[in-house]
Amino acid sequence: MATATPTPKVNHIGLPILEYRGGKSTLCAGCGHNAISERIIDALYEMGVEPERVMKMSGIGCSSKSPAYFLSRAHSFNGVHGRMPAISTGAILANHTMKAIGLSGDGDTASIGMGQFVHMMRRNLPMIYIIEDNGVYGLTKGQFSATADLGSKLKTGVVNDLPAIDTCALAIQLGATFVGRSFSGDKKQLLSMLKAAISHKGTVMLDVISPCVTFNDHEGSTKSYKFMQENDEPINEIGFVASFDEIDVDYDTGAIYDVEMHDGSSLRLRKLHEDYDPTDKANAVRTLMEAHDNDEILTGVFYIDTQKPTFIDLLNVVDEPLGSLPESMTRPPKSSLDALMSALR
Amino acid sequence: MATIGLALGEPQGTECARARVVNDFSISVATVNGSGSQSANNVLLKSIFGMGVPVSGKNLFPSNIAGLPTWFLIRASKDGYVARKPDSEILVALNPETAKADVEALPAGGVAIFEESLNLDQVRADVAFYPVPFDKITASICPEAKLRKLVKNMVYVGVVAQLLAIDLGVVESGLRRQFAKKQKVFDLNFGAVKAGFDYAQENLTKQDPYFIERMDKTAGKIIIDGNAACGMGAVFAGVTVVAWYPITPSTSVIEATADLLKKLRVTPEGKATFAVAQAEDELAAIGMVLGAGWAGARSMTATSGPGMSLMAEFVGLGYYAEIPGVIINVQRSGPSTGMPTRTQQSDLLSAAFLSHGDTRHILLLPGSVKECFELTQAAFDLAERLQTPVFVLSDLDLGMNNWMSEPFDYPAKPLDRGKVLTAEDLERLGGFARYRDVDGDAIGWRTLPGTPHPKASYFTRGSGHNDAANYTENPEEYQAVMDRLTRKFESARALVPAPVVVKDAGSKIGFLAFGSTDCALCESLDQISKRHELEVDYLRIRAYPFAHAIHDFVAAHERIYVVEQNRDAQLASLLKLDLPADQLVKLRSILHYNGLPVDAASITEEFAHQEGL
Repeated sequence: MATATPTPKVNHIGLPILEYRGGKSTLCAGCGHNAISERIIDALYEMGVEPERVMKMSGIGCSSKSPAYFLSRAHSFNGVHGRMPAISTGAILANHTMKAIGLSGDGDTASIGMGQFVHMMRRNLPMIYIIEDNGVYGLTKGQFSATADLGSKLKTGVVNDLPAIDTCALAIQLGATFVGRSFSGDKKQLLSMLKAAISHKGTVMLDVISPCVTFNDHEGSTKSYKFMQENDEPINEIGFVASFDEIDVDYDTGAIYDVEMHDGSSLRLRKLHEDYDPTDKANAVRTLMEAHDNDEILTGVFYIDTQKPTFIDLLNVVDEPLGSLPESMTRPPKSSLDALMSALR
Repeated sequence: MATIGLALGEPQGTECARARVVNDFSISVATVNGSGSQSANNVLLKSIFGMGVPVSGKNLFPSNIAGLPTWFLIRASKDGYVARKPDSEILVALNPETAKADVEALPAGGVAIFEESLNLDQVRADVAFYPVPFDKITASICPEAKLRKLVKNMVYVGVVAQLLAIDLGVVESGLRRQFAKKQKVFDLNFGAVKAGFDYAQENLTKQDPYFIERMDKTAGKIIIDGNAACGMGAVFAGVTVVAWYPITPSTSVIEATADLLKKLRVTPEGKATFAVAQAEDELAAIGMVLGAGWAGARSMTATSGPGMSLMAEFVGLGYYAEIPGVIINVQRSGPSTGMPTRTQQSDLLSAAFLSHGDTRHILLLPGSVKECFELTQAAFDLAERLQTPVFVLSDLDLGMNNWMSEPFDYPAKPLDRGKVLTAEDLERLGGFARYRDVDGDAIGWRTLPGTPHPKASYFTRGSGHNDAANYTENPEEYQAVMDRLTRKFESARALVPAPVVVKDAGSKIGFLAFGSTDCALCESLDQISKRHELEVDYLRIRAYPFAHAIHDFVAAHERIYVVEQNRDAQLASLLKLDLPADQLVKLRSILHYNGLPVDAASITEEFAHQEGL
C-alpha cells in the first residue's frame, strides 16, 4: 500500500492512522477512557502493528466498551463482567500468534473480576491488560469501586472507608512481568508505556488513572483530573526506541535504566526516584506501599522482567495457532485407536 | 450393605444340595475407602471377563479420601445384563465396621468370605461361611509391612478365584498385562493371588452353588469406563484446548484426555498440538473454552452439577454470541453439593436452559461407553456446525464404572469445522455480516481472529446486537436475532444423533429413556416379557432438541413410560414442552433417584404397579 502517490502519512508497514481508528465513542465527553483509546491508536500506528493481528478483549462496564472505539479492523470480544482474563486465556491458547489487548475497569478487575485477574497474572499470559481506573462504577451511576482511595469522597458526600486495592502491587507480587501506572491525561508517558507494552512478550498490566467526568471528577476525589495533575509523581521517565527506529545514542547512561525488549526495542527508564530498580520485585511493592502512606500517586514502569517464561512457553505448544491446525495434526490415525482398543481387551 | 439401603433380593432357598448357579450372580466386596482395593477389584472383574463371561462393576464409594466404607459390586451375567443387581449373593467382607451388617444383608443361601478373626459365622446360619486368615497369609508372603494393606486385596482375589473355579491362568495373564513393565510388582501381586488360591484349595470346602464357567461372550470386547471413553472421543475429535477445574465425578475425563494427548499429540519436534489449562474455577474454565472456541480451537471442559451451575452466565454468552464449545457434564446426585460420589440424571433441565434469558442448549445423551466416545466426537462437530455450546450429559455410573463394550470404531467422516470464511472468501464476497442467515439454515458465517483481510473482523458481544454484530437496542433488530436463534435450534433437530429403536414389538405401550438407564431398562423389558408375557416398545433418546422421530413414537403409542434417574421427571417435562397438547396425557413416569444406579427390578415393579398387573 505504500506508494509514491500523495497519500496521507503512513507508518512503517504503509498504513495511515485512519486504519487504526474505531467507531465513534458513546462515552461521556471528556471521559479519560477516550484519551486512552487515542493513545492506543497512536501506539499501534507508530509501532506498525498489523490491525488484523490484534485481538481486542474486554469485560463489562464503561471501560469495556472502549474496544469499539479503536482498531475496527481487529476482532473484538466484549465478554461478561469480570471474566475478560478467562476469555483472553482461551483465545490466546487457540492463537498465541496474535497480540491481545484487554480493556478492563476497576470494578471489572478489582471487584467482580478479582479471582480471574490474579490467576491471569500468575500465568504471565502474553497480553496487554489495561485497567481504565476511575474508582467508580459509571454505568450504575457512581458507586465506589475497590480501587477508590481511603478517604476519597463521592459527589453525594459519601466517604470511602475501605482501603484501595493496588492492582499494580498485586500484579507484581503475582507474576505479571511488565507493570506500570499512568494517567489518561499524560499523553507522552502513556504513549511510551503502550509502545513498550506492545514489545513485551508476557503479561503487561497497566493501571491507567482515567477520570470519570460525570461521577468522580469533583473536589475530594483522588481520581480527578485536578488531583492527578497535582499529585502525579512519576518514578521514571519513559523513553522508548522501537527496533525499527534509528538508535539515538546521546544519553546519560548513569541516569537511565535500559531494558532490551523481546522484539529488539529498547525501553529507557530515566530514573526520577533515586536508584529505582524496576527489576527488583520486593522494592517495587514496598515503594508502592510507601507511596500510599504518603498520599502520592506514583506513575511509571514499576516492574519489568523480560526473561520469565509465559504461559504459552510453559505449555510448549507448536508455533502455529492451535485453532488452525489441520486434521492431520489433531486427529490421531486409526492405528492409534486400534492400539488403544487392543490394550483394553 | 444394608447401611446404604440396598434392597434384599428374593431368597434363593436354603437347601445345601442346590443346583449349580453358573455365571449368573453378583459379588460384593466390602472394603474401607483408601485401602487400595480398586485394582484388586478390577483384576477380579477382568478375570471373569477373561473367562468369556459378561461382567460389570459398580464402585459404590464415599466422598472421602480414606476411612469410610466402600462396596464394589461385580455382576457376572451369562445373559449379558450389566445393570446393578440389588442383591449380591457373594460377599467379601474386608471392612470390620460394616461386616456384620453386610452379612445380614446377604440373601439366604449366600456366601460370606471374611477375615477369620471377625467371627462372622455366628451372625446367621443360612449362609455359607469361608473364614480366611487374610492378615496371616499376607504377612507370610509380604515382608514389607507398608505394602501389606494393598497385597491383602490380591489375596481375596485368589480365594474367590478358587471358590468360583476361575482359571488361575486367566488371573495371571490379566495381572501380567496390567503390570507389563513391572516384573517385581507382578510377582508380589500374583504371589498374593496364588497364596489366597492355595489357602482356599487346601483349607476350604466348597459348600455353595456358585461357579464361573468358560463362555465365549466377551471375545473381541473391551472394558473401559465412560470418562476414559469421553476423553478418547475428545482426542479423536481433534480437541486442541482443554480448560477444567477438578470435580468429582468428571475429573477422570480430563485426566484421560490429558494422558492421551501427551501420548498421541506431540510433534516429532516435541511440541504439543494441544493446551490443557487447569483453571481457577469453573467460571474460568468455561470462559477459556469459549475464548478458545471463538478463536478457532476445538475446546472443551468437563464438570459436574455444581460446576455447571457456575458456568451458567458464560454458557448464555456462548448461546447468544454463538460460540462453539463442548461441556461434558458427568452428572452426580444433586441438588447443591448433594452426594458427589453417587449417580443421577438430574441436570437435564438445568443444562437444557442454562443461563438467564431465553436460552436453549444442545444436549447429547450417551447411553453406553461406546457412545461416550462417539457422542463426544459428535459434540465437537455440532458445536462448530451450529456455533453454540454443546453439552454431553454422562453420569457417574457410566463415567466412573467399568463397562464391557464392542471396540470403538475409527471415525468415518472428517471433522466438520462448520462455517468459517477465509480471507479469499472475504475478497470474493467483499465483506460479511456475522449473524446473517444467508443459507436458510439460520446459521451465519464466522471469521476467526487473525484472518488476514481488512473486512474479516467483527465485534463479539453478549449485549444486544443486530445481524451485522453491531450493538443495538432496536426492537426489530434484537428480535430478528432471537428469532433466528430459535430457527437455528430447529435446524439442530435434524443434525443431532437420532434416537435408537431398541425394541419394536408393535405394542400399544412405549418406553422412552436416555443415558445409563438403558442397561437396566433393557433387562427390565425382558423381565416384563417373561413375568407378564407382555412385549413393549422402547426408543432411546440420544439428544435434545428432540428429533421428529420421538414425536412420531409418542404419537404411535397409547401409553408412554418415561424412565429416568431423577425426582422431577425432567425428561418427561422437557418432552411436555415439545409435544403437541393432545399427546401429553400419554406420558407416565418411572423414577429412580436414591443415588444408586437404577436396577431392572425396580422398573419392572413400578411398571407392573402402574399397569395394574
